[in-house]
Amino acid sequence: MMKSEKRKDYTLEIRGPEGGDILLVITGRIVLSNLHQVTDDLRTIPAEVAPSSLTVDLTGLDYLDSSGALALLHLKHEAEARSVPFEFIGMNSRVKGIMDLLHTVTVGAASAAPERKPAGLIEQVGEAGMKVAQDFVTLMSFTGALVTTLLYSAAHPRSVRWDDVLRNMKQVGVDGFPIVTLISVLLGLIMAFMSSLQLKQFGANIYVASLVSIAMVKELGPIMTAILVAGRSGSAFAAEIGTMVVNDEVNALVTMGFDPLRFLVVPKIIAAVVVVPLLTLYADAFAILGSLVVGVLGLDLTVYTYMQQIRITIDNYDVMTGFIKSLFFAFLVGGIGCHRGFQVRGGPESVGKATTSAVVSAIFLIILADSIFAIVLHYLERK
Amino acid sequence: MTEQATPVIVVEGLTARYDDRSILENVSFRVFQGERFIILGGSGCGKSTLLKHLIGLYRPYSGHILVNGIDIATHDEENLVKARMNIGVLFQNDALFGSMALYENVALPLREYTDLSEGIIEQIVRMKLELVRLGGYENHFPSELSGGMRKRAGIARAMALDPQMLFLDEPWAGLDPITAAELDILVRSINTGIGATMVIVTQELASIFAVGQRVIMLDKEARGIIAEGDPVVLRKESADPRVVNFFNRRTA
Ligand SMILES: Nc1ncnc2c1ncn2[C@@H]1O[C@H](COP(=O)(O)OP(=O)(O)OP(=O)(O)O)[C@@H](O)[C@H]1O
Ligand SMILES: [Mg+2]
Repeated sequence: MMKSEKRKDYTLEIRGPEGGDILLVITGRIVLSNLHQVTDDLRTIPAEVAPSSLTVDLTGLDYLDSSGALALLHLKHEAEARSVPFEFIGMNSRVKGIMDLLHTVTVGAASAAPERKPAGLIEQVGEAGMKVAQDFVTLMSFTGALVTTLLYSAAHPRSVRWDDVLRNMKQVGVDGFPIVTLISVLLGLIMAFMSSLQLKQFGANIYVASLVSIAMVKELGPIMTAILVAGRSGSAFAAEIGTMVVNDEVNALVTMGFDPLRFLVVPKIIAAVVVVPLLTLYADAFAILGSLVVGVLGLDLTVYTYMQQIRITIDNYDVMTGFIKSLFFAFLVGGIGCHRGFQVRGGPESVGKATTSAVVSAIFLIILADSIFAIVLHYLERK
Repeated sequence: MTEQATPVIVVEGLTARYDDRSILENVSFRVFQGERFIILGGSGCGKSTLLKHLIGLYRPYSGHILVNGIDIATHDEENLVKARMNIGVLFQNDALFGSMALYENVALPLREYTDLSEGIIEQIVRMKLELVRLGGYENHFPSELSGGMRKRAGIARAMALDPQMLFLDEPWAGLDPITAAELDILVRSINTGIGATMVIVTQELASIFAVGQRVIMLDKEARGIIAEGDPVVLRKESADPRVVNFFNRRTA
């Protein structure tokens, strides 16, 4: 049987009877760029031709790169797996060099990497459940440690790194002003505009002021600010601490006798707890300002009546609950950000995961805490 | 080495694991007061892991590590802090604080543990940086330095408090031969000068012979020590092919 295939830069020629002793003559170049074709051609040979022995003549081979050599070795392995006697002949010194190079690496033998067996569905569900449970436990013990450390810091204010507190306050607060301003003004505008469309029909224009101010001061202000801070600063905390973990900097701190919680976390938490409530009040004010624009320009209300309506609607109690909520949110956002940072294991890629997780967990915790607040306040108010 | 009879580090039957992957099994050895002790072995055999156990960052899976007579796995925080104040560590990836300039990096432990005035601290910091040939780089941030410079800065920080024990993980990595030779001299002079015991992880043959007084060699398959002793003697007399190959830069 004679079968010859002409390709651009290599030829495979099979000489000999099907099922008998086969001589495979390869000429030309076998390189990465035509490897796809070559492997396709080669793969079929042991199976279809079913030789009793296979000899590969490489005399005419002009050039072979390492991936080409890999393809030839695969052919050899395949033949040997079918217990077909196999031989390369006519290797020049270059070709032999590269084939020998590949012989030193055992291709295909799976590395003895840490076992990661693909888990079954039940196992996966179980593992995920375990992870959540474990996460909860570590989070709780972190919270416990954090609270003790904070109490210690309160008793020993000189142990706090105040310059770091200031740096973090700037990061959380000052640098966050533009985005908080923008979002809260827009939110106020939109809320006022949308509600005015409805309220106008009843001639209840003035209640736009009540609606926006109540919604903002009691709910949206604290939540929106906390979520913005989670995105801007919670993630930054996680990234900063995570990088320090990866880089052994946290280990260095520990060996120098510093408590990472006191050194890294306390300044961040203090900064967040101080700044976020202020930022929240600021956001409330700007949202009201935004709605005022709609009220004055769109609803023909005067600034005085608008503000008067707000003063009637909102009392100190509302402002206080919003303020306290935002305190809690700040603690949650800062705490979870730092915690996720400390959970980083391995390399830089897990820092990315930690920052994402910090934001997602923070938002979840904010909503959860807000629901709890809603229930508790409801019962408090009824009394 | 007769006057070095007091062991300052005693490791007995140490087994080290990551989760359920065993890295070291039943390792025992001693480090004596004032000696330059070298841990060597192929990449990934657990040298850094051992070092991190010695400084109490990881708790042994089983076995004991006594540093200056204090069990490093103790839960007594006060003792642990005391033990740690007497050690200086250079980590394999230098672990300088990226958010602080070199000066602040070295000054940090001084500010924490001493009541020295800022003027004296400044003098000490400059002296330490000068010692590792980094005078003039006080205000550079770690990211603005080369790898070898960061290593040296890490050594300066490790020496900030003149610790009784210095742990150096691969101090010679990334240094040119001349700077490496200078570092050899520096390490020896720190050792004789402040009398610090030194535990050094390295692969650098030239420096092992220039600096090491006693070595232990770890092996990945053996998960433990396969040779211990004076490097010069080991090179001449060891019959273990793994040791011979290491000292002669040959592959198995
Ligand atoms: N944090 C970790 N979690 C899990 N496994 C780890 C961790 N750190 C190291 N290992 C594993 O432990 C083994 C020993 O690592 P180690 O860093 O101690 O090696 P080494 O001897 O210092 O190597 P090198 O000379 O390359 O620094 C490696 O196989 C590594 O995969
Ligand atoms: Mg190492």
